[in-house]
Parts: sequence; structure tokens; C-alpha cells
Amino acid sequence: MVALALGLVAAFAQAGATEELRGSLQIKGSDTMVNLCQAWAEAFMARHPKVTVAITGGGSGTGIAALIGGTCALASSSRKITEKERAAYPAPPQEWTVALDGLAVVVHPKNPVRQLTLQQLADLFTGKTRNWKALGGSDAAVVLLSREVNSGTHVYFKEHVFGASKDGGPKEFAPEALLLPSSQAIADEVAANPAAIGYYGMGYLNPKNVAVGVAKAAGEPSVTPSEEAVRSGRYPISRPLFLYSRNTPQGLAKAFIEFVMSADGQRIVKQIDFVPVQ
Amino acid sequence: MGWQRGRERLIEGAIWACGISSIAIVALIFIFLLREGFALFRVVSVGAFLGGRHWYPISEPPQFGVLPLILGSCWVTAGAAILSVPLGIASALFIAEIAKGWVKEALKTGIELLAAIPSVVLGFIGITVLSPFIQQTFHLPTGLTALTGSITLAFMAMPTIVSITEDALSAVPRGYREAALALGATRWQMMHRVLLRAAGSGIVAAVMLGIGRVIGETMAVMMVTGNAAVIPRSLLHPVRTMTATIAAEMGETVRGSEHYFALFAIGIVLFVISFVINVVADLFLHRERT
Repeated sequence: MVALALGLVAAFAQAGATEELRGSLQIKGSDTMVNLCQAWAEAFMARHPKVTVAITGGGSGTGIAALIGGTCALASSSRKITEKERAAYPAPPQEWTVALDGLAVVVHPKNPVRQLTLQQLADLFTGKTRNWKALGGSDAAVVLLSREVNSGTHVYFKEHVFGASKDGGPKEFAPEALLLPSSQAIADEVAANPAAIGYYGMGYLNPKNVAVGVAKAAGEPSVTPSEEAVRSGRYPISRPLFLYSRNTPQGLAKAFIEFVMSADGQRIVKQIDFVPVQ
Repeated sequence: MGWQRGRERLIEGAIWACGISSIAIVALIFIFLLREGFALFRVVSVGAFLGGRHWYPISEPPQFGVLPLILGSCWVTAGAAILSVPLGIASALFIAEIAKGWVKEALKTGIELLAAIPSVVLGFIGITVLSPFIQQTFHLPTGLTALTGSITLAFMAMPTIVSITEDALSAVPRGYREAALALGATRWQMMHRVLLRAAGSGIVAAVMLGIGRVIGETMAVMMVTGNAAVIPRSLLHPVRTMTATIAAEMGETVRGSEHYFALFAIGIVLFVISFVINVVADLFLHRERT
């Protein structure tokens, strides 16, 4: 009897496990988060073999626009949704903070400039400082590298770096700034060009780029981006990363978000060089 | 008899519908473009749009000045035309008149193959090979410049220019050549005084189609020109073209926002430019014939 009962329970448990998720899930959005979402998707698909998760980049704005248009189930975003976008939703979107990210400001290894204040950064990217000599570097024109305007990284940098500068000068990227279509393109151009300066999520840091230390103001210590510095809030240009869903997620989307927020999901965040939430 | 006439009419109607549909589709696209684009001019004046020097579409308040973008497209296109037109016409002359046997066949096939290279692949080559080369050659701060775009696009315009010019040259009657040579002209005199003139209308069409391809090209341009929305002062500066702007920003905009309408308004400008190119080509062809 007992054996039979156990057998039945086991059979039920089996049925419960096999009556599992199937179907496909579309996640669109942030380029910064593409690698992270891809890693989550792979681990998720390994657990649920009948599920396919498709990840597309294109920029946070692209993902949010796709979510509004109904062409994806989840949008990944490296910036908060704007009021304008929120107003375009038929239902209130749900938001999860899934990881933290530091924006690394990078230069070529041959560039002697190793630390900058937020004010100096703002002066560089708004086109006020045009030569590296003014910052103690060699006599060379600064080549500014930025992401395209559909990038959450672009918007975040503009708001948090230019917003922090004290003067009431132009709060726009210098029109001379090169707008590159991906973070990888910025990493490649910085690696090839000793006069270039760019920024991207710290997941893209590589040995051919050097991250400069950033100080909140002159006289304060400069901090290089690291997991500890981002989590403690000491690194001045760090930000939360989000997943958005159209309304309360069901089925696959719900399971995916639960996985992302689990200990395993957050371990993946760390492996991809972002900072876990917990 | 009645049913036969009915069938006749039906078939005529179907053919008429096929013929008219392409025009109808163009008209509908144009109407759609106009409707979406003109919505912008409720918030921004035409002057501020066409003459504005700053393109900051997502700022508060946004600035929609397309002058840098129009000039960017013009510089890149002009550069590509300067490179590809003489080269294209010269190589068409060589293929049509001088090359013989296998050389001719190999060249024709090679140039047709050039047309088969996807633009994103050319862009990739531009960014990895051409851009560092241009940076080092001209000692520039960056190799992502209008010139890089022009050279990449010249490769794209070449096949169109060469193959259509070659067709036009081959269509010149044999008698013209023989008459010219019989009057004591050298081969070169025959070619540039007789052939190029006789094939003039076809060559103009070839050049215009080549330029049309260049100005509408997007992917390769977006990859190699740096996309900085400044008023370009030379071919050695980064530029942002109209096509790259639409491609880079369209995904991000919310339908019905000012930014969305602004991108359609750029579409109108592009449409008008290519329309003018076509009309000029047409007028030219007409003049040549009469």
C-alpha cells in the first residue's frame, strides 16, 4: 500500500514536472543587456527544453516601443520608462530591477589621462574641452564616441553626467560626437584610437580599453568602476537595469522573471560582469 | 459571342489593374509619407526644419534641424559620384571597346559580382580596413569620415554605372564606328568624340541610377561615416546622412510622437531629392533624343 501510494505520488510529481512550460518568449531592448539576457535565456532554456527565448537588441527605446506595439512579451531597458512612453501604454507596465550596472568611461591605454571629475566629463562630451592637453594629456583633438539616441546608455549618460555639471551651459552632446551603433563599436574604436573617449556598460570592459576613475567633484577621490563600488553607490555613474512587461506577466514571462530574480539568475548577472541586485 | 467579349473585357481590366497598380502604390506611399511628415510642421516651422543647424530629437525641448543631415548626404553622394563616375565610364569603355575574349567576359562577370556583395559586408570592410587606412593616411583624429563613406559607396554605384554604360555603348550602331575610322579618326578619337556622344543619354541614365543608389544607401553609410550631426566642412570630417538617421532612430520612436513625424519629414526630403534626380535625368534624356 505504502509503496503504491509513494509510487502514485512520484507519478504525480513526474506529471507535474513534465506538464511544464512550452512555447516561445520574445525579449527586446537594451543593447547593454543583450549578453546578460542571452545568458539568462540559455540557462532558462536548459531547464525548460521545450521553451525558446529569443533576445533582440536595438536599444532600450526600441524595446519599450516594441512592448507598446505588442511585438514582444518583455522589454529590457537600461533606463526608466519615461512618462510619455508610460502614457502610450494600454495597461500599466510592470517594472523589475534585475541588475545594476556601472557606466565605464574608457580611453586608449596610451592616453595618460586616468581620472576625471563629472564636471570634466561633461565639459568633454558637450564639446567645451576639445584638446587632451587641457587635461594633462598629449596635444591631440578629443574624439568623442557616444551611442545612438535610441540607446538607454546615451540617455542615462546625458542626464547623469551633464545634469551634474554646475554651469548652465549647453546640456547636449557636442554635435561633433560620433554616434556609433553599438557598445562593441565603441570598444573597438577606443582600442584603435589613442585620442578617443567613450562610455559603455562595464560588461564591455576589455584589456584594450582603460576605464578612467571618476570623481563626483574636484578634490573628492576618483573611483574606478567595480562591483563593490557600484553596489555601495561610491561609483558616480551607475544605474539599475530593468525588465518591463505589458501588464501582470503570465506563464512563460512570469517563470522567466522568477528565474531572473532567483539566486541562480543573479549568479549569472555576476558572471556577465554586472552587479547582482541582492 | 457575348461571353467572349466579356472575357476579353475581363482580361483587359486585369492587365489595366496590373499596369496601374505600381503607380497607385507609389502614390499611396507618397500620400502616407506626406501625411505623417507634415504632422511635424504643426509644431516646427518648415524653415526651422530645413535650415536648423542642430539635430537633437530626444532633448527637452527637441531640436529638429536637418541641414547637417541634408549636407551630410550631399557630401557623401558627391564624393562617391566623383570617384565612381569617371572610373565607371572608363571601365565600361574598356569592356565594350578594347577588351577582347576572356578578359572581357571576366571583367563583366567580376563587375556583376561586385553588385552582389551585400552592403553590410562592404560596410564591414569599410570599418575594419578602410577607416584605419584613411585615419593614418590623412593623420585624422578618426577614420570614420565622409570620405570613407564615399569610397564605400563608390563601390556600390560602380556596377550600376558600368553595366548600363556598357549596354549603351554596345547599342551604338556599328556604322558610326566604321564611319569614324574611315574618316581617319584614331580609335581614341572615335571613342570619345563619337561613341560617348552617341551613347550620351544612356550614360546620363547610368550616372543618375548610380547616384540614386548612393543617396538611398543606408547600412554601409551608417557603419562608416561616424554619424555626427555637424555641418560638414570637408570630406575628411564625420557626417550623418538622412538615411542613417532614419534607420538608427526609427526603432526607438513612439508612433505619433514629434520625433516619429520628424523622421517621416526627412523621408519627404529624401523622396523629393530622388524625384528631382529622376526628373533631371528624364529631361536630359529627352533633350538628347531631339
